[in-house]
Amino acid sequence: MKRRDFIQLASLGVGGLALSHIPVFGNPISPEMALEPVDVALKKRLADAALNAAKSQGATYADVRIGRYLQQYIFTREKQVQNIVNTESYGVGIRVIANGTWGFAATNNVTEAGLAQAAAQAISIAKANTRFQKEPVQLAPVKGVGEVSWKTPIVQNAFEIPVAQKTDLLLAANAKALENGASFINTSLFQVNEQKYFASTEGSYIDQDVHRIWPTFSVSVVDRATGKFRSREALSAPMGMGYEYLSKPGPKITGPAGTNLQGYNKYYDILEDATLAAKQAKAKITAKSVLPGKYDLVLDPNHLGLTIHESVGHPLELDRVLGYEANYAGTSFATLDKWKTKNFKYGSKLVNIFADKTQPGSLGYVGYDDEGVKTKRWDLIKDGVLTNYQAIRDQAHIIGETESHGCCYADHWSSVQFQRMANISLAPGKTKLSVDDMIKNVDKGIYIAGRGSFSIDQQRYNFQFGGTVFYEISKGKIVGMLEDVSYQSNTQEFWNSCAAICDESDYRMFGSFFDGKGQPSQFSAVSHGSATTRFNGVNVINTARKI
Amino acid sequence: MAILTKDEAQTILRKVLSYSKADECEASISGNTGGNIRYARNSVSTSGIQENTDLSVESRFGKRAGVATINEFDDVSLHKVVQRAEEIARIAPENPEYMPYLGAQTYLPSNAHFATTANINPDFRAEMAGKSIELANAKGLTAAGFLLDSSGFSATMNNKGLFNYGQTSNVGFSITVRTADGTGSGYATRNVSDAAKFDSAEPSQIAIAKAMGSANAKAIEPGKYTVILEPNASEELLGNMMRSFDTRAADEGRNFLAKKGGGNKLGEKLFDERVTIYSDPTHPEIPTRTWAGDGRPLEKITWVEKGVVKNIPSSRFWAAKNNTKATPPPAAFIFMGGDQSLENLIKSTDRGILVTRLWYIRAVDPQTLLYTGLTRDGTFYIENGKIKHPVKNFRFNESPVIMLNNLEALGKPVRVGGNLVPPMKIRDFTFTSLSDAV
Repeated sequence: MKRRDFIQLASLGVGGLALSHIPVFGNPISPEMALEPVDVALKKRLADAALNAAKSQGATYADVRIGRYLQQYIFTREKQVQNIVNTESYGVGIRVIANGTWGFAATNNVTEAGLAQAAAQAISIAKANTRFQKEPVQLAPVKGVGEVSWKTPIVQNAFEIPVAQKTDLLLAANAKALENGASFINTSLFQVNEQKYFASTEGSYIDQDVHRIWPTFSVSVVDRATGKFRSREALSAPMGMGYEYLSKPGPKITGPAGTNLQGYNKYYDILEDATLAAKQAKAKITAKSVLPGKYDLVLDPNHLGLTIHESVGHPLELDRVLGYEANYAGTSFATLDKWKTKNFKYGSKLVNIFADKTQPGSLGYVGYDDEGVKTKRWDLIKDGVLTNYQAIRDQAHIIGETESHGCCYADHWSSVQFQRMANISLAPGKTKLSVDDMIKNVDKGIYIAGRGSFSIDQQRYNFQFGGTVFYEISKGKIVGMLEDVSYQSNTQEFWNSCAAICDESDYRMFGSFFDGKGQPSQFSAVSHGSATTRFNGVNVINTARKI
Repeated sequence: MAILTKDEAQTILRKVLSYSKADECEASISGNTGGNIRYARNSVSTSGIQENTDLSVESRFGKRAGVATINEFDDVSLHKVVQRAEEIARIAPENPEYMPYLGAQTYLPSNAHFATTANINPDFRAEMAGKSIELANAKGLTAAGFLLDSSGFSATMNNKGLFNYGQTSNVGFSITVRTADGTGSGYATRNVSDAAKFDSAEPSQIAIAKAMGSANAKAIEPGKYTVILEPNASEELLGNMMRSFDTRAADEGRNFLAKKGGGNKLGEKLFDERVTIYSDPTHPEIPTRTWAGDGRPLEKITWVEKGVVKNIPSSRFWAAKNNTKATPPPAAFIFMGGDQSLENLIKSTDRGILVTRLWYIRAVDPQTLLYTGLTRDGTFYIENGKIKHPVKNFRFNESPVIMLNNLEALGKPVRVGGNLVPPMKIRDFTFTSLSDAV
């Protein structure tokens, strides 16, 4: 597992308050060096050598992932560029089954000799651990697909856009925020390209070119007289797209009446959002502090995505359900016995939640997962009832399935692949309903947009979420901004309080770019689609304190 | 190759600097070897070995800087990495916050490396996992755990005369034990520099006892309670607070240390007078490197003394701009305590809650350092000086600043998460809801 660098950006001189724990994998390189892909024929030859080495030493199964991981991260604040980081990391991870036990080794020595040595190490680890293995690994069958390739359908490769063009855009956004009353703004642009080659003893040779992008910022307004400060985060989403997310204007979604909010889908207008962010951060300083109590919540997709992620995505990961994450992230309330009843009411009848690794524009969109399984869509919650989990090849038999769901992922060539969250989305309502029409029926409520503080227990029952902006709804109308809002609920109660979902015209994706799981921890990026949704009678607390 | 001696590191760094055409150049090498083993459901799930050595070069032309790294050390690679750093530096915009590199510095000798840890092998890891699994198995319980060991070095040299070299080692272990019926869960964690001081049996026994003791917990109403926080419960909250100590953010008005009207709260009394927090890179219990990332020496320094803020870290740029002291942030902190044992703190409590672990801690309001999170893996009701029964987990909403003003008593500090933290008794700790999670 060589060449895995967690460069703490804070130590590189980044002053962004929210950016101190962002991982960077790989070695900084000059931008133009990042654009030459590794020859597929060479990768096939190397992969075959590794697979043969593993088989000759007793592997009953082996897979090889040759990966080239490119990142470009740009950080600015106010009128200056703080940091530009270009990284490249190239290497190979080899996973084997020997004696019915998994073994894994990785090396940056991408030669036939280096791969053979890593294969031998993986075999020896598998054999050493056999004495602690209760049952041999059972893999759901996968038919070899031969030599295939897949690429994220991007319009503009962000890595090909000159750095100056990108820094100019971020600095222009900063200028907009400062012109409109921001005291400070930190902007960042994350770009990721995973060039992944997968080969297995089952006859698959899969070459994939995966792209992701995330422009984001935090605007702060400081009121020196009162000593109060408030921030407003960007309402962008990380996407499985190219630079077109920032450069090709597309339709926007106007926020509800009574707000000056703007929603974004496949195009993000960072200049407009920075302008609005400064105005809203300023308004937050004098916004009314919320009265605690029960409210009907109207949640924007850019907020609800995180709630879906934490209260549905994680609890329905089969490894958590089974106890493999017990020592870290925890287990799950959504146990197999509940699922087996075929009548466990996760949510109200309106709630249809699906997993989908094939949604264009989503962060989790790939042709094949990291163990060579073709990706697909499947239901997790149907008409409010728990129907399925997320499972990979060595788990499918536990839930009586004959094929993996195709949601296996490793964040780097040096990391072992394991079950990760697919894109998990709430299906939009089937009848026509706009956000304004939804709000018209709310007597006492709060409209929330954007991500905020989030915390949930280790079995995913009790959660508390904040947001970026809050608006009070009274007698069917938005009447002003609120502050100090967090809502607390229980997952099952919350989803059963789901009372209305807007139609498809409001459907958008939220994303998590750095979702952590596993020991040692690995990151993955995942999207969550939804339309604006109403939840009745949710407990809201006031988070203001004096120190 | 992963671990270089001082002489080997110096030789490579000198060579790298000799290839530089930049106005300023700084090169760092770091290497690490280590391994891990992970188990769950009383069975090993994954394990691996990592070994790596990296060279990082920063080149500067005037106020433009570029960084490149590589992990190959032949002459061609060394030339290549210097050229790449220089290419990036030439296209980078000028950094208005540029500070020239530091020259030669004097550092305290470091005592953070232990051969016992460097010599850990796969058999040791397997033995530690196996011991833990067998202890849980014997009681009909289920163990999940993780052992991670590492030994490393780092060295930096620049063309202004700065050079440092040091080695560190670390062993981290955590274990969660659950009862078969899923109603009890216990956790323990250990973190040492010297592997000789580690045996998985000891924390495993603690996690086992907590799992059994926490089974069938009763629900009690959330609200304000006197709590006894075990060090493992308070360490993350306190660590978050220490990381928020930053002069620039405070001066800019966006930090809990910002002063109304401008400036920061240096010299103000913010906490109970029994609160004293300092750092010492040579402390025998928590030795660390004796320099910061930018080469500034780390020395013994007091951050909070008798409740008064005595020092706040500052970047070199911000300190120079404001003509103040450029104090680097600490690598670890020591929260001074008393001599009382945890048992004594419990004995002196009429009614309260013993919290052994806090989990999923997230910032709610940076203005007041309000955090939320939950208790986990063993929470107990105390009455008349005794643990009465386990209680269901709570969600809390609390600020460490408020918490350290509601201090009742401090116990003897222990090492947790690389820091020294005492058990503490706090009044009026705010629990806002109940959780069904075990």
